[in-house]
This record gives sequence, C-alpha cells and structure tokens, in this order.
Amino acid sequence: MTYEFDFAAVLAYWPLLLEGVWTTLRLTFFCTVFGILIGAFCAVVRTSGPRWARWIVGLYVEFIRNTPLLIQAYFLIFGIASMGFRLPIMVGAVIALTVNIGAYTTEIVRAGIESINRGQLEAAECLGLSKMQTYLHVVIRPALERVYPALSSQYVLLMLASSILSSVGVEELFGISNRIQSDTYRNFEVFVVLGVLYLIMAVVVRAGFSVLGLALFPRRRKLGTPL
Amino acid sequence: MSPIVELKEVRKSFGAIEILKGVTFEVNKGEVAAIIGQSGSGKSTALRCMDRLETIQGGSMRICGHRLEDEKVDLKALRRDVGIVFQSYNLFPHLTVAENVMLAPRLVKGTRRTEARQIAEAVIAKVGLREKMDAYPEQLSGGQQQRVAIARSLAMEPKLMLFDEVTSALDPQLTGEVLRVMEQLAKDGMTMVLVTHEMGFARKVAHKVVYMKDGRVHEQGTSDILRTPSTVELADFISEAAEH
Amino acid sequence: MNWTFFISLLWGLWGTVVLSLLTFLFGGIAGFLIAIARISPVKTISMIAAAYIEFMQGMPLLVLMGLCFYGPGIFGYDSLTPLQAATFALTLYASSYLGEIWRGCLQSVAKPQWEAAECLGLTRWQRMRTVILPQALRIATPPTVGFMVQIVKNTSIASLVVGYAELSYNAKIINNSTFQPFLYFGIAALMYFAVCYPLSVQSRALERKLNVANR
Repeated sequence: MTYEFDFAAVLAYWPLLLEGVWTTLRLTFFCTVFGILIGAFCAVVRTSGPRWARWIVGLYVEFIRNTPLLIQAYFLIFGIASMGFRLPIMVGAVIALTVNIGAYTTEIVRAGIESINRGQLEAAECLGLSKMQTYLHVVIRPALERVYPALSSQYVLLMLASSILSSVGVEELFGISNRIQSDTYRNFEVFVVLGVLYLIMAVVVRAGFSVLGLALFPRRRKLGTPL
Repeated sequence: MSPIVELKEVRKSFGAIEILKGVTFEVNKGEVAAIIGQSGSGKSTALRCMDRLETIQGGSMRICGHRLEDEKVDLKALRRDVGIVFQSYNLFPHLTVAENVMLAPRLVKGTRRTEARQIAEAVIAKVGLREKMDAYPEQLSGGQQQRVAIARSLAMEPKLMLFDEVTSALDPQLTGEVLRVMEQLAKDGMTMVLVTHEMGFARKVAHKVVYMKDGRVHEQGTSDILRTPSTVELADFISEAAEH
Repeated sequence: MNWTFFISLLWGLWGTVVLSLLTFLFGGIAGFLIAIARISPVKTISMIAAAYIEFMQGMPLLVLMGLCFYGPGIFGYDSLTPLQAATFALTLYASSYLGEIWRGCLQSVAKPQWEAAECLGLTRWQRMRTVILPQALRIATPPTVGFMVQIVKNTSIASLVVGYAELSYNAKIINNSTFQPFLYFGIAALMYFAVCYPLSVQSRALERKLNVANR
C-alpha cells in the first residue's frame, strides 16, 4: 500500500468545516421547531379533526413517508424556482426538510395521543376544562412526554439527512466540503473527517435533546423514568 | 327549598337497550345518598347522567338548579357546581399531586398560582396527604391516588359531589382510608351521591338509600331500609352483599 | 409529456429496484450476523456489534457512500463500480438497522422460552434454530417489511456521491433539460410511492395480524 494519508491538508480548512457544522446545526434547529409545531398540529387534526381534514393529513403523511427526501427536495425547491419565486436557498432547505420531518412527527405524536386513556379526557371534562384546555394540558403535553425519546431519535436522523440538501446547493457541512474536495483532491480524507464530525454532532445533539427533555418534563427530571 | 338533586322518570337507552326505565329520587342539601344495586342495574349510568357524561332521553333531571334535559344547559356552570370521582382515579400522570389539584382552578376559574397553591394545600391536607404534595401519581398507592382525586374535585368548591364506585378497585385496607375521607366530607355538610358496594358505609353515613334494580328504583328511604327492607329483593341483595 | 423521458424514468426505477434488492439481500445477511453478535454472551463480541451499529447510524448515508466509493482504491483494491459502491454503503447502513431490529425481536421471544429450551438440553445453536428463530421470525416480519421502505427511499441518494443512475438521478437529468420539475419529479415521486406504499400497507397489516394473534 503506497497511499499516504494527508489529513492535515483537509483540517487546514477548519474554518470552512466549522461554518458547515454551524449551518447544519442551524438547519436542524429550525426544522426541529417547525417540525414539532406542524407535527403536533397535524396529529391533533388526524386524531380529532373533521373527516376531510383527517383525510388530507393522512394523504400528506403517507405521501411523504413513502417517497425519498431527495425527490421531495427537488420537487419543492426546483418547483418553487420554476414558478419564478427566488427563495434564499436556506429558506428552501428549511421548507423541504420541515415538510418531510413534519410527516414523521405527525405519526409519532399521533401514536402518543392515541395512548392517552379515555378516562383522562373524562376527568378533564368533569373538572370543567374546555376542549382546547383539555387538549393542551391533558393530551398533548403527556403525549409529547411519552413519545419524546422516539422524537429525539427522529430529529437526530433529520440532522444526518440534512446532508442530502447539499444536492440542491445548500452549503451545510456536507455541501461545503465539496469545496475542500475540489481544492485538495483528498476525497477519502474529507469523508473520514466528515464522518467523525457527524458522529460527534450526533452525540452532541442527542445529549442536547436529553437535557432539553429534563428541562421540559419535570416528571422525567424527578423520577428518571419514561412516562 | 328545592332539592339539589331531583330526578323525575329519567330514561336512558344505549341503542336498543334501555338502561334507565324511569328513575325518580331526590337528594336535599347536606344529605348523603347511597345508590346500591347489582351490577347492570343502571346505578352508575344514573350517576354519570347527573354530570351529563351521558344525556338523558326522557323525564327530567335537575342538578344544582341546572336542567339537564335541556340541550342548551350550561355545561361549564354545571361542572363548576358538581364534582365527580371515578373508580379509576384518572389522575394526570405527568403532573404532581399539587399540580393535579391546581390545574382546574387555574384554567377554569383563572385563579392565580399562589392562591391556587393555597387552595391545593388546604384540600390535600383535608384528605391527609400534605406530605405528598410534590409526589407524582405513580409514586402513590391506589388509596392515596383516590384521595388526591377527591381533593382535585374539592378544589373547585363543588356544591355536590358524585362518587362512582370509588373503592371498587382498592384492597380492603386501602378502602378504609378513602371511606374515612368521605365520611369527614359528609360530616362537613357536603351533599354527596355515591354509587357503592360498601353496605357498612352506606348504613353508617348515608341519610338516604336508593336501591336500584333493572333500571328502576325498587326501594328507597332512610338508611333504615338496609336494616329492615320492605321488599324481598332488597333483603336478598343485602344478605348477598353480607356474604361477600 | 415526452415518452422518451417516461421510458428513461422507468429505466431509473429499474435501477432503484435492483439496488434495493441487492441491499436487502446483503444487508439482510450482514444484519443477521450483527443481530446474533449483539446478543452474544461474549461481552467483547456484543460490544463490537453495538459500536458498529452506533457508528453506522451516527453518520449520514452520504458519508458512508463516499467512504465506500473512495476507500477501496486507497487501500490498494480495484475501484468499485457505482453499483458496487452503492450496494456496499447501503449494505453497511441496512445491516446496522436490521441488526438492531432483529436483536429486539430475538430478545422479545420470551425469556422462559430460552430457559425451557435450555432445560431440554439443547445446545445454544439448536435452541436458536428450533425454538427461537421460528418465533422471532414472526415478530420480525412487519418491521422488516417496513424497513424495506427505508431501503428503497435511501437508494435515491446513490446518485449523489457515487453517480449510480437510478430513478432520482434520471429525473434530475430530465429536469435539467426540460425545466419541468413538478411534472418529472412528480412522476418520479409517484413511482417511488407505487413501490413503497404497498410495502408500508403490508407491514401494517402484518403487524395488526400479529397483535391479534398475540391477544
């Protein structure tokens, strides 16, 4: 074997790599926030909305979950561009990723909502809580707490999958590394560095989610067991 | 003064099956009424109708001045006046004992947090669980959970309390602690309607006993009817209950 | 719509199906070994399997593709063709997920079953083959069919690093010359849907059947 590894040449681009890491994390953050909002809303509609709305949400969920993210991104981002709208690429990326993760979130949260006992609703009703209050405090909150572990792994996967958006020109970590490849021709080393960076980010983001979980759910903080 | 609970010829069916076939009885302010009867006699359904968890299809029902046969009855006002406790506690698992109790006052009445906390402390002390204020439901025994459920209803300061077989899911030794809380409530003058299997408790605490059979009130009167029933069916029911 | 383009998309779909089947075949074999290793009583083996899973699931599939595409040449082997590289990367990816899914199924076959089999004096491998596997297989079918959907979807990125021509690659090429993204990406999406949706439905149906049977 004669190949000589040259990681130094790749690591010399650390400011660029750091910028990519930052962009990936920002992308993940925005999509997490919007994804949870959309997912929670659609899950409520799916479980207790009017018939037609349930049907539409069902269609959305099935369609997104049974087609690749790459095609969804092409469809949305090139599609929007073809209609003459000039969106900043980051906005397009957030839209594509949010549409995608929203469907997965819907399914996860729906499972959480369906796990809530009917007696809970009855108790809330008898205490005089309105439908809205019941949903917010007695259904959504414990449902989110219950599915939180599943949600956080889904969002770690989202972070990894955001690399796919490099193909539409988003300069997140994977996309920005193309520049290093074409500058140094050290493709393999670049991929090794990327792999290590993503592994670290996955660990960090996962840790972030569990800290957030402790902050959001006092019960979990105190008892340490899942709901 | 008109009674707090007034049922006249109340009818209720689920599909083709008629569960209540004309039920009539009254409960006055400060009274404790025990509804007894075999399972399937319609006693739980009658109780659930009183909080309008089920709508009635015939007759009239007046609870704390609310007309329940009226479709436009103000449910929010009704539920402010009536508290109900279920067999399966139904505490909110993600909230502490105090938060369970504070939730409704804060959301429904808009009570401020500090004030709601004071109310919670008072009612939780009343059911004897002051030291469990910040525990979560799963950390409590069934009896303790049921006492929290009672406290949660009391926090809304109801005029009438309904109890639906609240001790049926509990071990005998845990049943006692819940019944003692209910007895104290009765002594404090709370108007209560309870569906129960606890004949001893009914005998001791109830001012009024309603024996239901096949969707009708078969016999009613003061708790004396448990000692000297005037129908054969009630006599049989009492002796059967004594055997268990 | 131009029919040549439609035919081209169909060819792409064929590429997708080929890559998916190869991935499922090799990923399944590797995944089975991972699952067995994961429940091995030898600590070192199970820890290596666990590390493998963490590793494969902690980085994007695109990075795996890059490593598989450029790696062999660097280590003195012949360079891989796009199909070989894509199959290699997807196999690594799929084996980690299938290994984890199947480990769960093996472990969920009730412990008493393991012990009962042990009491009968069967060796570990005999126990596995005659008692555990047949039961685990039943439990494993729904999530496995469900995971096939993930495989099919993930073949779409095989064009990005290694340049394997499958459905989304062909759709992209067509769009580059026609500028009708809604039409051609829409058709491509429908083609993916036509493959994935029946698998999803089947997975759910199998799961329901299993739940009923276990009640």
